[in-house]
Amino acid sequence: MPEITLTQAPAHIRMGSSIGQPLTRREGVLKTTGAARFAADNHPPGMVYAALAVSSIARGRVTALNVAAAMAHPGVIEVMTPKNAPKLALDPDAKNNPFMFRLDLLQNDRVRYANQPIAVVVADTLEAATEGVALLEPQYEAEPARTGLDSDDSFAPAAVGAGSPAEESHGDITAGLAAASVRMEAVYDTPAQYHNAMEPHAIVAAWDGDTLSIDTPSQGMAMAQARIAGLFGIAPEGIHIRSPFLGGGFGSKGLFSGPQVLGIMAARLVGRPVKLVLRREQMFGPVGHRAPTRQTLRMGADGQGALTALSHHTKTASSTFDDFFEPAANASHALYASPAIATSHEVVRIDTGTPLFMRAPGEAPGSAALESAIDEMALACGMDPLAFRLKNYAEMEPISGKPFSSKALRQCYEQGAERFGWAKRPQAPRQMQDEAGMLVGWGMGTAVFPALMFQGQARAMLRQDGTGVVETGAHDMGQGAWTALAQIAADSLGLDLDRIEFRSGTSDLPDAGIAGGSAHTATVGTAIHGAGADVIGKLADLAMDDERSPLFGAGNAGVIARGGRLHRRDDDGRSESYADILARAGLAEIEGRGTGAIDPAAQAAYAMHAHGAVFAEVKVDPDFGQVRVTRLVGAFAAGTVVNPRMVRSQYYGGMIWGVSFALHEHAVMDKRSGRLMNPNLAEYYVPVNADVPSIEAILVEERDIHVNALGIKGVGEIGVTGTAGAIANAVWHATGVRVRSFPITLDQLLDA
Amino acid sequence: MNRFEYARPATLAEAVAAGAVPGAAYLAAGTNLMDLMKGGVMRPGHLVDISRLPGLDRIERLGDGGVRIGALVRNADLAYDTDFARRFPSVAEALLSGASAQLRNAATAGGNLLQRTRCTYFYDTASACNKRDPGTGCDALGGENRLHAVLGWSEHCIATHPSDFCVPLTALDAVVEVEGPKGRRDIPLENFHLLPGSTPERETVLEHSELITAVRLPAEAARFAANARYLKVRERTSYAFAVVSAAAALRLEGGMVAEARIALGGVALKPWRARAAEAELAGARPEPVTFRRAAEAALADAKPSGDNGFKIELARRIIVRTLTLAAAGTPERMPALPASPFSGAITHA
Repeated sequence: MPEITLTQAPAHIRMGSSIGQPLTRREGVLKTTGAARFAADNHPPGMVYAALAVSSIARGRVTALNVAAAMAHPGVIEVMTPKNAPKLALDPDAKNNPFMFRLDLLQNDRVRYANQPIAVVVADTLEAATEGVALLEPQYEAEPARTGLDSDDSFAPAAVGAGSPAEESHGDITAGLAAASVRMEAVYDTPAQYHNAMEPHAIVAAWDGDTLSIDTPSQGMAMAQARIAGLFGIAPEGIHIRSPFLGGGFGSKGLFSGPQVLGIMAARLVGRPVKLVLRREQMFGPVGHRAPTRQTLRMGADGQGALTALSHHTKTASSTFDDFFEPAANASHALYASPAIATSHEVVRIDTGTPLFMRAPGEAPGSAALESAIDEMALACGMDPLAFRLKNYAEMEPISGKPFSSKALRQCYEQGAERFGWAKRPQAPRQMQDEAGMLVGWGMGTAVFPALMFQGQARAMLRQDGTGVVETGAHDMGQGAWTALAQIAADSLGLDLDRIEFRSGTSDLPDAGIAGGSAHTATVGTAIHGAGADVIGKLADLAMDDERSPLFGAGNAGVIARGGRLHRRDDDGRSESYADILARAGLAEIEGRGTGAIDPAAQAAYAMHAHGAVFAEVKVDPDFGQVRVTRLVGAFAAGTVVNPRMVRSQYYGGMIWGVSFALHEHAVMDKRSGRLMNPNLAEYYVPVNADVPSIEAILVEERDIHVNALGIKGVGEIGVTGTAGAIANAVWHATGVRVRSFPITLDQLLDA
Repeated sequence: MNRFEYARPATLAEAVAAGAVPGAAYLAAGTNLMDLMKGGVMRPGHLVDISRLPGLDRIERLGDGGVRIGALVRNADLAYDTDFARRFPSVAEALLSGASAQLRNAATAGGNLLQRTRCTYFYDTASACNKRDPGTGCDALGGENRLHAVLGWSEHCIATHPSDFCVPLTALDAVVEVEGPKGRRDIPLENFHLLPGSTPERETVLEHSELITAVRLPAEAARFAANARYLKVRERTSYAFAVVSAAAALRLEGGMVAEARIALGGVALKPWRARAAEAELAGARPEPVTFRRAAEAALADAKPSGDNGFKIELARRIIVRTLTLAAAGTPERMPALPASPFSGAITHA
């Protein structure tokens, strides 16, 4: 692959530090000119095309495939079925850790969900492979599909999400409710949703003996390496992954998926490089989704509107063969102070692909329900929704009692409300109309997302010419890693951005961990910061120990790295360039390493979250119930803002996802067959431009000295939280109708 | 993609001859047919590409004041034809409320009439569908059917016709010109599409190999220009098919309705001309009580085919609103969001 040539920011816009500057995306020109090479753009010599055949039943067995017909089609090279699929070194149903998800890799004829892969056709052309799939005409022995959340055959899981306890509580809920003078109980439904990244899962795989070269979009290259190594019984170091750009991931590309493995298996079977790209409808099954939820909220409050109890129970669904449980109830852990909080989960198993992490897993549906319920409770208490939230503002994390590492939520409320004009909101519903007679409503929601960190590594180098190199196998999903991490890299070495080379996006670089949990910039940024500090420390030692250096003997006073020179901290006039120091030491380069990871002591002592407040205006047609969001104002505090342009973009994207959650997204499953009935972007609605209103994102100043050395919390997912609830609350305020089933569709508002 | 023969005849006569082959399908812009072929819903053995046939891409003003819209006129070209839009504003508004700008730049007038239903069970080849595979049954019945038909459906098929364009055309007495092996004939659009009955696979009165050459609007249709609207309620603000839509056109004389035209979209397997509603309005004062009476008449025979009972009251309300808008007069300029209840620019309370 040719070197990725990113735009270099001119040094003059630095104004002292790269961190904090609103640089444009450094890969922007590549992407807008089509030069950026995404996984499916690769065509190694001799490459052939694979197409996936998927099941049209949700449960049963494949009894026959017309392999002969497919093989007879001109151009078809091979049909991979359970009969001839390469044997794997590891049972794909083995689960050695909670993040090892069971995969359907043609090891048997069983069907566990609709759109499950049942064969792969490899051909000289995509067209021939596609027709080969059509010619397979699978026969099935079908069993009745188990669908929907209504089943009583549910169970309480041991853990939810990424391993949180499924039940948590503090205080006495029963006593809290009994003591309350105001109570509410309501049930909220959220539908199954599918990630639908613009770029479908794709892989180009090429074997050379037991080494493997693959182009594929990944949010976690090292985990993918380990997964592939285990399945094929090869060394992780023999697997080279290139994933410079993702056309969106949203969680669906975090863990290596079955179809990606099938591409590798097909390449092994035919002995040639193979490309496999999922069709849009095939993304509705084998690559994860957000499970549906039914959430029961119960609250009590005293005469002054202070919560006395908050109970949040979630019923959700998972597949019949694996364990991922949407942790929606945990959205009530960190936000509202209550002397009694209880959260719990129950699960029904249905014939579906295994649900997975999807942008704000748990938090997104949990927040939609919680923020709706808080609005209902504020009304029951006769209070303004913002006043009610402030009344129940948590000074300590409610579920744990820990202090917050930082929390500027109060400022988010203030600045958001001010900008939105919240003070003019009438408390009763149906009070506002526009000149065209549309009902107008204002609603709000609180946003919260944990400040997480995973493990990540980085390597930094200074070269004798005074330039720097920073390397880390980070993942740019579109969020701006190529830009934000390079900004951190430049500062870590005390260099202008155009004096460093930032290398990323391949698996031969230091493991940057997983791009998920809104934690990538915090994790990898901390690793880069450490690597840069390591290099500068070594450089400073060279200079301070050398009597020929103007920095000799700086000792305890120390030095500062800036603009390619080290300066004596107590005498700025005494300095020396990196190049001179290295030259005198006779070193071509000097290397340092850094690790990013949570500080366990800080984590034990503090609750760490990003916060925000989202204010929404909607208009609703009084006769038709058609809803349009006309204004969104979000104010967010998430620690250090590395690049305000990228951060705003993340908030906008998150809030638009909130519009989608509130009004549009809904995977429709036929209850009888278990088939998805709208597996395409014409019928699976997401907002179009005309649905996206004026959006403002306010970046609220927040310094956090506990989360990590750079004070970064993460911004990728928080925008989804708060927004869906704010819109639902605005719809209520416009119409007086409380819709508790998402998405809010017009038929639910016709009686307004 | 299935294997098929491809022909691109040079003349209309050649096209009609080529279309006579069993299993042949005409291809114009392909905005619907290509999707259906990719999904394995339609597998025609022969594609007759008519997209470059001469003379079918013109908008002709006829001597009597009517207009002939060539079958290959692109949706966008028709909607942005100033003279056409001024004289048939509800048709232009309907066109601009459909699909996306990219699709409107490609999709043709004739193809719009022949687009297939959006019933998801029709598209899902693993589902039973009498329209796709006659005699297999209808999985939409008892399935996910909140958007299905409330008028004219049968137990064999509860799908709807998705066109916006056809709704005002039907209201305005458009005529479809077709060319076939037996020569040319005119078919009133109101009679062009068929209700499902027991043969939902038969969607129009076209005989095999008959080709739409034009759609004609009579001169009288332009007499409604001052009071003609199209309104479309949908589940997102743009790029969505109608949940229910309505075209209303009024001829007002001396403060009274001299003549009214009403048609509904999204309620049946054909654009639904509401003649009973029109009769309620003729000679009446254009006021809410009359409009409501018309709406009741239009939906008198409606019944839910599933979880879609809400569409009946929704259709009534849309009729009332569209009549109200039509009575208020066609706007000078096309709204920024054509046919949307939200007229366009966002204003704040």
